Amino acid sequence: MGSNGDCVNGKAAAAAAGGGLVVPEIRFTKLFINGEFVDAVSGKSFETRDPRTGEVLAHVAEADKDDVDRAVVAAREAFEHGKWPRMSGYERGRLMNKLADLMEEHADELAALDGADAGKLLLLGKIIDIPSAVQMLRYYAGAADKIHGESLRVAGKYQGYTLKEPIGVVGIITPWNFPTMMFFLKVSPALAAGCTVVVKPAEQTPLSALYYAHLAKLAGIPDGVINVVPGFGPTAGAAITSHMDVDSVTFTGSTEIGRTIMEASARSNLKMVSLELGGKSPMMIFDDADVDMAVNLSKLAIFYNKGEICVAGSRVYVQEGIYDEYVKKAVEAAKNWKVGDPFDATTNMGPQVDKVQFERVLKYIEIGKREGATLLTGGKPAGDKGYYIEPTIFADVKEDMQIAQEEIFGPVMSLMKFKTVDEVIQKANCSKYGLAAGIITKNLDIANRVSRSVKAGTVWVNCYFAFDPDAPFGGYKMSGFGRDQGMLALDKYLQVKSVITALPDSPWY
Amino acid sequence: MAGERNGGEVQPANGVHGGEVQPVNGGHGGEVQPVNGGHGGEVPEIRYTKLFINGRFVDAVSGKTFETRDPRTGDVIATVAEGDKADVDLAVAAAREAFDHGKWPRMAGSERGRIMLKYADLVEQHAEELAVLESLDAGKLLAVVRVLDVVSCVSSLRYFAGAADKIHGETLKMSRQLQGYTLREPLGVAGLITPWNFPSIMFFSKVSPALAAGCTMVVKPAEQTPLTALFLAHLAKQAGVPDGVINVITGFGPTAGAAIASHMDVNMVGFTGSTEVGRLILEASAKSNLKPVSLELGGKSPLIVFDDADVDMAVDLAVSASLFNKGEACVAASRIYVQESIYDRFEKKLGDTMKSWIVGDPFDPRVNQGPQVDKAQYERVLSFIEHGKAEGATVLTGGKACGKGGYYIEPTIFTDVKDDMIIAKEEIFGPVVCLMKFKTEEEAIARANDTRYGLAAGVVTKNINVANRMTRSIRAGVVWVNCYFAMDNDCPFGGRKMSGFGKDLSMHALDKFLAVKAVVTPVHDSPWM
Repeated sequence: MGSNGDCVNGKAAAAAAGGGLVVPEIRFTKLFINGEFVDAVSGKSFETRDPRTGEVLAHVAEADKDDVDRAVVAAREAFEHGKWPRMSGYERGRLMNKLADLMEEHADELAALDGADAGKLLLLGKIIDIPSAVQMLRYYAGAADKIHGESLRVAGKYQGYTLKEPIGVVGIITPWNFPTMMFFLKVSPALAAGCTVVVKPAEQTPLSALYYAHLAKLAGIPDGVINVVPGFGPTAGAAITSHMDVDSVTFTGSTEIGRTIMEASARSNLKMVSLELGGKSPMMIFDDADVDMAVNLSKLAIFYNKGEICVAGSRVYVQEGIYDEYVKKAVEAAKNWKVGDPFDATTNMGPQVDKVQFERVLKYIEIGKREGATLLTGGKPAGDKGYYIEPTIFADVKEDMQIAQEEIFGPVMSLMKFKTVDEVIQKANCSKYGLAAGIITKNLDIANRVSRSVKAGTVWVNCYFAFDPDAPFGGYKMSGFGRDQGMLALDKYLQVKSVITALPDSPWY
Repeated sequence: MAGERNGGEVQPANGVHGGEVQPVNGGHGGEVQPVNGGHGGEVPEIRYTKLFINGRFVDAVSGKTFETRDPRTGDVIATVAEGDKADVDLAVAAAREAFDHGKWPRMAGSERGRIMLKYADLVEQHAEELAVLESLDAGKLLAVVRVLDVVSCVSSLRYFAGAADKIHGETLKMSRQLQGYTLREPLGVAGLITPWNFPSIMFFSKVSPALAAGCTMVVKPAEQTPLTALFLAHLAKQAGVPDGVINVITGFGPTAGAAIASHMDVNMVGFTGSTEVGRLILEASAKSNLKPVSLELGGKSPLIVFDDADVDMAVDLAVSASLFNKGEACVAASRIYVQESIYDRFEKKLGDTMKSWIVGDPFDPRVNQGPQVDKAQYERVLSFIEHGKAEGATVLTGGKACGKGGYYIEPTIFTDVKDDMIIAKEEIFGPVVCLMKFKTEEEAIARANDTRYGLAAGVVTKNINVANRMTRSIRAGVVWVNCYFAMDNDCPFGGRKMSGFGKDLSMHALDKFLAVKAVVTPVHDSPWM
């Protein structure tokens, strides 16, 4: 997640962060249950590491089933007997705006936490991630008093209307690539709807979620409404998804895990599930495009946040008339993309989040070479420690290669040539995913035809990452279902109740 | 207009309501209660008395001023700059500039929302000053203004702050090979003409959605109550609303109001007030630039009490529905229909309750009812009372002025009212109730609908079938069942028939300030439509 690509230009900010490694103070490392920071029942903890060095940043309490049970009990109590779902939407909105104010006050500290925990650029954290999360929270603060059912013109002698009621206890499982944005992407509409939540942040990046729990308490959000249980997927995550007393689970992450979550629901209480999963999003560049603009946009689309983004434009289709010029300039741009310490304001790209991801990306690069794609630039680790990888471009990629089919989640672009509009539509849709797509053209007819024909939840024309709290976001096909953002996202957190009353002998219907 | 209220719970902070009115000074005997405790009702410093144009307080071009008076005494509170056509022209030019070249309509909705939230915080911080100014200028109960009017203003701003980033057009699946969508764009310069009965609430009922939509505006508050609008304009500037976005022209209807309504460069007019003036505004639009108009006008709203009702509850509701804000409320329940088997009990209880209703200084927290807003209204209400007597209706209680100075009138109940009497047909806008008896549901529906107005209606019954049939069958913009004045920011409000058209409050209120633009382009030979 992010904002318009044009915000991203690390080089524009001249000042460097200085020599030594900046490590923020870590204040919250325990589970947050019912308004208190507590140790895990087991007493266990796990390490979260700084991806710049691979060194331990903090020891964090490790939640397991017992802790999830406690968190669900607290959330259940806050829902069944607490004031949160009974408050007016206006009052909930007031408290949410207060939390947004507190986040703004602590923006530097929060950006630094995500920077150290996730290897994200500090500067972008300050100007994009934290402000976007604040805006998201305020958006839903303003939505909380605008949740409408409908009155129904029922056939026959009846009076009917629908009530939209909070669904109850929501399990929220978030990924490590945008720890702050993802937290608020799910938590904000859940709060607006009047739900209570148990959040499991990714084990790679547990720190900022705990900080937000602390701020939520300061803002006056009642105990038990937000609970945070850091831990691992197979233990804490599975305990949430298979819990008999969790009413809904919303997840952002990989397609593999999404599948296990749906299975867990199917085997437990058939809880509602919404999934925002992987992607292999195509970027389609047509002959009439300005090549420099196209290079800039497609570079951001794949290298932004080190390619660790579900909507990354990882398949780039360039029409044959400008293909050679594009290749030359794209390679140059990738070489100039500076990899380094994310706390350095001149850096364009930090390290991959952890060793597993680092090795996974390198493995895909090896697969690409073996499959016969041409490595134009990059292709190996950068630096001698930490999880840094060079911006990588493969050309001569075929649709059936693994690097064209599977989500790599790293700074690796698969570059392909096409001739006609119909051909690129067909190729773009030749994917099990359908999360996002980019189109670069000045031709209105092409823009309209391709926008209609691409099977993706979001289509960006002459822009990319153009997210907004008001624009629904989510996938087609195996990129998942359910929408985040926009008023539509509230549906995931609401039950609909139809109320019908007999209306005998009325002189007017 | 009011915030959410129901039943007998509407009365001021000291809990005075219904039959529990304190018998201080022997109850209501035509004497106005003296001030005691709380705010003394002294005139606060009046800081803003000039026109507010393009971010600055300025004198009228003519140099003229007019007096605004304290309705408790008739004394002058302040002399206020009197805007006329020349001033309206300046204000419209400022609003036009702010719209055509300024950043307000170009900002993201979320940014406008941030500024509106700041504005709400400032209003909240100045709540007491605003409440005193409002009470003083309009003769409104200070205790009620504090807990109701000011709070409603703040929440209106916050509601629409949260609406500013949720203004949606639609995409269209058209029948041919076409790609289409609608854009909802701010209309431009809005002219907003507000009444004196709820000066601040009315200010925000128009200004908040206009701001959210991205319009700029020229507001003309009623000449009886110009002070709070000027104060609120000052706070808007402090909050960061750009100059020219909100302009306030104090002055009179036939001059300043007419100049707005007939202005060729005003893109819409939103008006709350009388049906007579609403007609003039519509005519002015018809004769000038055909600007869209929204009108929230008069009412003669029925409250229908069925014989299964709890009589005590029904009486409490009837009292507040008809006497709240001295009957100076467009939705006041001025026709009360009671089913025959409980009529006698209801009549006695209503009479007793209204007799014990304390009329007096609105700054006194024990008081239930302050003075009518000015001499003209005061005399108008008294003339309706005389009409009622002359028409042959019976005065059950009240029926005359009270107090030694100021514009106080006794709560008045007429019985033996016929549906064709003037007092049953026309809006009195004072503490005067017509009490009538009915037999059947069908009769109640027919009589409730036998009016040129259609603003609000109340139904009191425990029977769900009766409630559903009545709510379907009554022609009114809002129907309150077992409650009254149950207004909410999220609940649309506005009339049918000659009570006007267009909605205030809720997301519907934004429609008045938005133009819909449909954008259509062909989609050639697309493999998927």
